[in-house]
Amino acid sequence: MQTKLKSYFNQNTNAAPLAVFRIGFGLMMLVSIIRFWSKGWIETFYLQPKFHFSYFGFEWIKPMGNYTYLLFFICGLAALLVALGLKYRLAIIAFFLSFTYIELMDKTTYLNHYYFTSILSFLMIFLPANAYFSLDSIVRKKDYSQIPKWTIDSIKLLLSIVYIYAGLAKLNSDWLFKAMPLKIWLPSKYDIPFIGETLMHKDWFHFAMSWSGMLYDLAIPFLLLFKRTRTFAFVLVVIFHVFTRVLFPIGMFPYIMIISTLIFFESGFHNKIIKVLRKIMNLLSLRIQSGSITQIKVMDTFVEKRQRVILSILVVFFSIQILLPWRYALYPNELFWTEEGYRFSWRVMLMEKAGYTNFKIVNSETNSFFYVENSDFLTPFQEKQMSFQPDFILEYAHFLGDHFKSQGHENIQVFVDCHVALNGRMSQRYINPKVDLYQLKESFQPKDWILPFNDEIKGL
Amino acid sequence: MIKRIIFGLILCVAIAACSSSDDGNNGNNGDGFNRTELLTNLADNIIIPAFQDLGVKLSAMDVARANFVNSQTQTNLDALSAAWLEAYSVWQHVELFNIGEAEDVNTTSDDRGFVRFFNIYPVSETEIDGYAASGTYDLTSVLVDQGFPAFDYLIHGIATGDATALDKFTTHTNASGYMTYMTDVMSRMLSLNNQILNDWQNTYKDQFISATENGLNGSFNKIANDFIFAYEKGFRAQKVGTPAGVFSAGQTFPDRVEAFYKGDVSKTLALESLTALENFFVGRAYNGSTTGSSLRTYLQFLDSDDIVTAIQSQFTAVRTSINGLGNNFSNEIENNNTQVLTTYEVMQAMVPLIKVDMRQALDFAIDFQDSDGD
Repeated sequence: MQTKLKSYFNQNTNAAPLAVFRIGFGLMMLVSIIRFWSKGWIETFYLQPKFHFSYFGFEWIKPMGNYTYLLFFICGLAALLVALGLKYRLAIIAFFLSFTYIELMDKTTYLNHYYFTSILSFLMIFLPANAYFSLDSIVRKKDYSQIPKWTIDSIKLLLSIVYIYAGLAKLNSDWLFKAMPLKIWLPSKYDIPFIGETLMHKDWFHFAMSWSGMLYDLAIPFLLLFKRTRTFAFVLVVIFHVFTRVLFPIGMFPYIMIISTLIFFESGFHNKIIKVLRKIMNLLSLRIQSGSITQIKVMDTFVEKRQRVILSILVVFFSIQILLPWRYALYPNELFWTEEGYRFSWRVMLMEKAGYTNFKIVNSETNSFFYVENSDFLTPFQEKQMSFQPDFILEYAHFLGDHFKSQGHENIQVFVDCHVALNGRMSQRYINPKVDLYQLKESFQPKDWILPFNDEIKGL
Repeated sequence: MIKRIIFGLILCVAIAACSSSDDGNNGNNGDGFNRTELLTNLADNIIIPAFQDLGVKLSAMDVARANFVNSQTQTNLDALSAAWLEAYSVWQHVELFNIGEAEDVNTTSDDRGFVRFFNIYPVSETEIDGYAASGTYDLTSVLVDQGFPAFDYLIHGIATGDATALDKFTTHTNASGYMTYMTDVMSRMLSLNNQILNDWQNTYKDQFISATENGLNGSFNKIANDFIFAYEKGFRAQKVGTPAGVFSAGQTFPDRVEAFYKGDVSKTLALESLTALENFFVGRAYNGSTTGSSLRTYLQFLDSDDIVTAIQSQFTAVRTSINGLGNNFSNEIENNNTQVLTTYEVMQAMVPLIKVDMRQALDFAIDFQDSDGD
């Protein structure tokens, strides 16, 4: 076993797939940043709100006024440098830090694919993605055609984890036996050409989509791994992600996944891509550079000197990735209801959940009270996200308590009248209205002030 | 093998496409629910007739105003007051249709649209008195002190130093100023309503009905949001919540009720507004009692009868609770606020039903902020 492992970690493979992955990832991230910026979202998500929802333990990370633009600029620049493979190690570290910082500024915007980007860029810090076909190669006048096999496999492993956990999360009675939430979402997409008016409201179609989505997620890593099924798998990847792109407003994620899965292809394919890229560079009369490329000494194998350290870090990293999605099992209540352990677990598109909150500020001495107009403090998007997520509700209750305290109100108690509907069920009261939220502290303990869910969702 | 798979995929799509061709989709939009029919019912039987009637009632009010200008008697003032109340009642039926021209006449970023020019209260007595004195004002450039509430102050309120409302137009130093201001407020109401009605009749109706898409610009999405907003803001908060002090730590504002100067009609107007909201929900024609395609039939179509039942019984509960209050909400807030607050709670209980349950079942976007999802 040990020798097997040892020999595995000594195996090398062609460096082209990782180089293509680096270019693809860098460019997609650059486009993402530009898109985010051009839609004015830096302003609406990070500068306009008067209050930001923080992740537990990261309350110190906040938008930095107009410097937030600088942060996005750094992030975009780092993505470009990653694509070019110039000062790669520094660039990918800068990208990981700036991107993660952006995501930690306000959890209202949490998306699984942002989390995916964060941890993928973390992983890439430890990979020699600039060994081949990079500006770094030109600078050091050395190109490595071979890299350790585990470096490429680690990306495949991360992608497989994402897909498999996304598939496992779909093994629940709402998804499989009620076709929820697709049954709510699909009919409203009636304005999609061709299939909009014919399929979207069909009961069988909702079930077909639910089941095939689940099967797709669970099977796709394996179909991609085996050479015989790989092309077919990639066709599925393209169909699936383009379809989700058409149906749902999920931004860049489908394209990122499509590009990422190319890593499963063999080096011949990637060498062809690089050949094409070289031709384009020649056409763009970058002859000076390509001239110097010929002077690059082609070394055989890239040797990672700190392989032992890196491998230990990655073992810890992947252990966390594999364990984290199961943390929900430590909580007694229905996961979809309380969302304790919901995030960072590849639970994608599983819930149509909406809530309504009406906060009441009470003076415990005089019993006088008033209601809060949420729009005075939150953007519509923040209010929507806050209305059904307990950690948001608690954080906002504290913000309100502190705000009114600073205005001179005394003996403040904060209560909430909150109703939440999940996957087409009638709404029910969500938070115990008698609990003074201002007295509660955020923690990883089960939140006993969330009222029990009046139904049952079976499954993982 | 790949060829075979692709062939299989094409076959699947082809089968799917053919198997569903028997539905026919004449007017049926997508989920099988006929959105065109719903939008047509709203436009033809509710929205346009209500704006038309408002036009009629505003004209009658203008006639009463002209009579009063010709002869400033208490009788003529009372006639004007009666015409004002009739128009104000009809107004309750159009207030929720802040869409199309009604939304566009307000060019500021303010989200109240034409409501801003018709029914924002309280008005500022000082401002209006000042306008009457100076004669310098531009109603098109301000968002306050016009519409029904301005009229309310002019024909029912008593200016400083006066004994009656009539004095404003007779013995007051600025009597002619008040008269001019009243006439200008009237013209603006008439012209705004004409502008909106003309747009509906000439161009907007077709646009409204044909925008069946499920985007933020789809008519259904917009009008459903307008309904929620009208319930929450215009009805629940403005008519009862704010004056009863639910947003202000128990500090009540009896002078912020609707039609404060008239006094004894706040209940009438609140009930009228409730009727308008209920009619919209069930698709009841403005001139008549037939109900048609509406939020209710849409929910029923999606098998959400439990939501329909809950919303309708809540409408009934709200009506019962408001009926339990006196005619003058201002008095009620001063002498019997506990009961007003109870009424508010009943009104409030509707909000999660329309904002959470109904919205989820119909799956329309409630916030208009663009963002990515997972």
